[in-house]
Amino acid sequence: MTTIDRPTYRIVGTRPIRPDGVEKVTGKAQYGADVRLPNLIQGRILRSPHAHARILSIDTSEAEKTPGVFAVLTHKDFPVAEDKIEELGESAVNLKELSDNILASDKVLYKGHAVAAVAAINGHVAEEALKKIRVEYEVLPPVLDVRDAMREDAPLLSETRFTKSMSGQASDKPSNIAAITRFQGGNVEEAFAAADHIVEREFTTKMVHQGYIEPQNSTASWNSDGTLTIWTSTQGAFVVRAQVAEVLRLPVSKIRVIPMEIGGGFGGKIPIYLDPVATLLSKKAGRPVKLVMNRTEVFMATGPTSGSSIKLKMAEKDGIITAVQAEMAYEAGAYPGSPVGAGAMTMLSPYNIENFVIDAYDVVVNKPKVSAYRAPGAPVSAFATETAIDELAKAAGMDPLEFRLKNSAHEGTRMVTGVPFPRIGHEECVRAALESPHYQSPIEGPNRGRGVASGFWFNAGLQSSVSVAVNVDGTVNLIEGSTDIGGTRASLAMQLAETLGIPYDDVKPIVADTDSVGHNDVTGGSRTTFASGLAVVEAAKDIQAQMISRASKLLNAPEGELRYEDGAVVSSDGSKRIPFAEIAAAQGRTGGPIYGNASLMARGVGGAYATHIVDVEVDPDTGKVTVLRYTAVQDVGTAIHPSYVEGQIQGGVAQGIGWALNEEYYYNEDGTLANASFLDYRMPTTLDVPAIDTVLVEVPNPGHPYGVRGVGEVPIVPPLAAVANAVAEATGHRFTDLPISPRRVVEELHGLA
Amino acid sequence: MARSHVTTTLNGVETEYLCEPRQSLLEVLRDELGLTGTKEGCSNGNCGACAVLLDGRVVNSCCVLGVEAEGAEVTTIEGIGNADKLHPLQRAFLEEAALQCGVCTPGFIVSAKALLDAEPDADEHRVRWWLAGNLCRCTGYDKIVRAVLKASAQMQEA
Ligand code: FES
Ligand code: FES
Repeated sequence: MTTIDRPTYRIVGTRPIRPDGVEKVTGKAQYGADVRLPNLIQGRILRSPHAHARILSIDTSEAEKTPGVFAVLTHKDFPVAEDKIEELGESAVNLKELSDNILASDKVLYKGHAVAAVAAINGHVAEEALKKIRVEYEVLPPVLDVRDAMREDAPLLSETRFTKSMSGQASDKPSNIAAITRFQGGNVEEAFAAADHIVEREFTTKMVHQGYIEPQNSTASWNSDGTLTIWTSTQGAFVVRAQVAEVLRLPVSKIRVIPMEIGGGFGGKIPIYLDPVATLLSKKAGRPVKLVMNRTEVFMATGPTSGSSIKLKMAEKDGIITAVQAEMAYEAGAYPGSPVGAGAMTMLSPYNIENFVIDAYDVVVNKPKVSAYRAPGAPVSAFATETAIDELAKAAGMDPLEFRLKNSAHEGTRMVTGVPFPRIGHEECVRAALESPHYQSPIEGPNRGRGVASGFWFNAGLQSSVSVAVNVDGTVNLIEGSTDIGGTRASLAMQLAETLGIPYDDVKPIVADTDSVGHNDVTGGSRTTFASGLAVVEAAKDIQAQMISRASKLLNAPEGELRYEDGAVVSSDGSKRIPFAEIAAAQGRTGGPIYGNASLMARGVGGAYATHIVDVEVDPDTGKVTVLRYTAVQDVGTAIHPSYVEGQIQGGVAQGIGWALNEEYYYNEDGTLANASFLDYRMPTTLDVPAIDTVLVEVPNPGHPYGVRGVGEVPIVPPLAAVANAVAEATGHRFTDLPISPRRVVEELHGLA
Repeated sequence: MARSHVTTTLNGVETEYLCEPRQSLLEVLRDELGLTGTKEGCSNGNCGACAVLLDGRVVNSCCVLGVEAEGAEVTTIEGIGNADKLHPLQRAFLEEAALQCGVCTPGFIVSAKALLDAEPDADEHRVRWWLAGNLCRCTGYDKIVRAVLKASAQMQEA
């Protein structure tokens, strides 16, 4: 671990046990599917067998008559949703499209699109009832590939969708291209004309899924007083509340969302799928209703991330990258909203490149609507740029890391949007990679190769609220509203304990429901430890001020002569000192409860960089790529709890390895997802990844009192390219299409494709 | 549907329940007996989140029928340790930060316990081989493997 320039702390940087840990290792923790309520019944969803069809009629009468069935639902039961955009933090949704995606109205746009729902005494009865629902479809031809969907003669998902651009409407005919965005700077023609070397490539990647182990779930209870309670696993209870309120036209004050423990999300548990269905089923049935997806439904109908097609041209002169031209098209799935813009805005961010033109296309296809997936949009665009950079480094006769260092962005470099970077740590990452034992060691043996790549992610700030209640025994309750998806109770409690100067074990963090704490945006954008952390530090300062005022009464000293220090209030001459616990014990007779709050819109977000090194071995006969060794270097700002920071990095790397080598949505021509199970959608197992070494570079973020940068997303950005670059070294062949599966390797190496 | 009467030893306690022939052991544990520590990730034997011990052997409880537990001994995560007396694996998972979201954790701990019961000195490769039937999407497995090796070392010392 490399530490640059940061103060040492009492608690920040240590590795205590997470507060929710014991519950989670003993099976006591309650996840969404674990909710048990009196009178609870089960819901199931009928899904479209066609990838593209008009719904002509739905007959639910037989299903309704089935014994044990309490309610049947179709889109007719939904209020008409407004055609307007709602911000969800890291992604935005059109409410009409969100509503249509939850239960189709006039058209089904992918196989697995929800069409109707049943609530029954148990799941088996509900499944039997689904079979009795008659749906008449007019089947339409589907379009499944992004380039096919862009053709003028492609089947249209919507007859009323026109292409939008930054300057307004850009097409006079309906199109599957929902939007075109251009980023431009300098003069690419001149730079290409003057180049020493030019690389020109086309890349494709397939849709991949977040792959969280816990399927989506929702339990809703429509209460007799007209209020609604929802128990669900989500990355943001307030965002569920907002979406349900909009889709069902309910006031938010009538909805209480209780966040259960969440079994992974990676961006996929931000949009809602089940909550409005469970709600309306409950309203009709007069009982609480639970809906839990099965794995096939998760694959077919919840947001994967985009497949992509990227054309890239890049030039180098005297070891400097001088120009980039890119045309990138991302699949949005059934409704617009691919992360192609983020892909375009991040792909050049590790570097200082003067001349560029990037055209980004957001394209609808007859596949599930994509949702955020860890650094949405960035991994596939980095796959393209980092491959080209590797080739240019070679052409220029330079070491690939030295080449990246020479071209690196730093404080003041402008992003493609024109915004200059604050203090960033890409150069530090590349240097740490160069010095790492891994890069210093030779790679030997036949069919082996080493690859490197860098990546960038913005990270998010957004809104957070916390409250801190001081108990008379000197402990504190930290009431927060950020889903704890991988250790944030610990990282927030640590920041509170550090700022108040009290023991970590004296802080009890509670993830509260939407009735019990101020608004919090999603746990997404790698923002929780940063932004909710900022709120925690603010609330702690509020507590400090209250402690000083109480101490002034207890010590009989003017407030101006007192300060808060190391868990106590002390007088400026040091003669008087009263510890936190004593002030806490006296709160009842010094003015009442001591209770601190902070609510904020976080500013000062620090972007994150990573540089990865990977060694692979390729079996030319079977096509299998084995990952031999992996080192991930990352600027983490300040690692509050280094173990969980390492864990984020290791998890992102494993997902990236899966994306590079095995994972893909495999569609038949009729739009059937042929591999909608964990058996056929091959995520890495313990045997597919090696130990993953991490190097934490700490370049503190000036926008946070402890220097925190978000760490969760950037580790998935470099692996695709790093692995592909290593395979190219091992085989002498450039793979530009993912995944680099055994079949692809054999076909391309032996010219069978 | 007619229900069958089943008698089993569940986490050391003789337990009787009624279940339909089509109900999996996972469904019985979670929905009929309220033992929700055993998780469901796929319902078809591919993720290991539902792992339990059936007469000491690891099985995916989603692929076992509830009626098959007749006369058997079933151990779930709830029977492996509790807050006052954590199993060394549970403690090692906490100390090594081997869980992020934690939904895969019960399955990993149950599965790893079966390994260490049979092979107390399993090495890294053996641990990785044994746990390949358990999917974790959060951790990249690094810290899980370390935690199992740490628990194995501690159990051998004890
Ligand atoms: S739920 Fe049983 S193996 Fe996945
Ligand atoms: S910790 Fe989330 S799946 Fe393993």
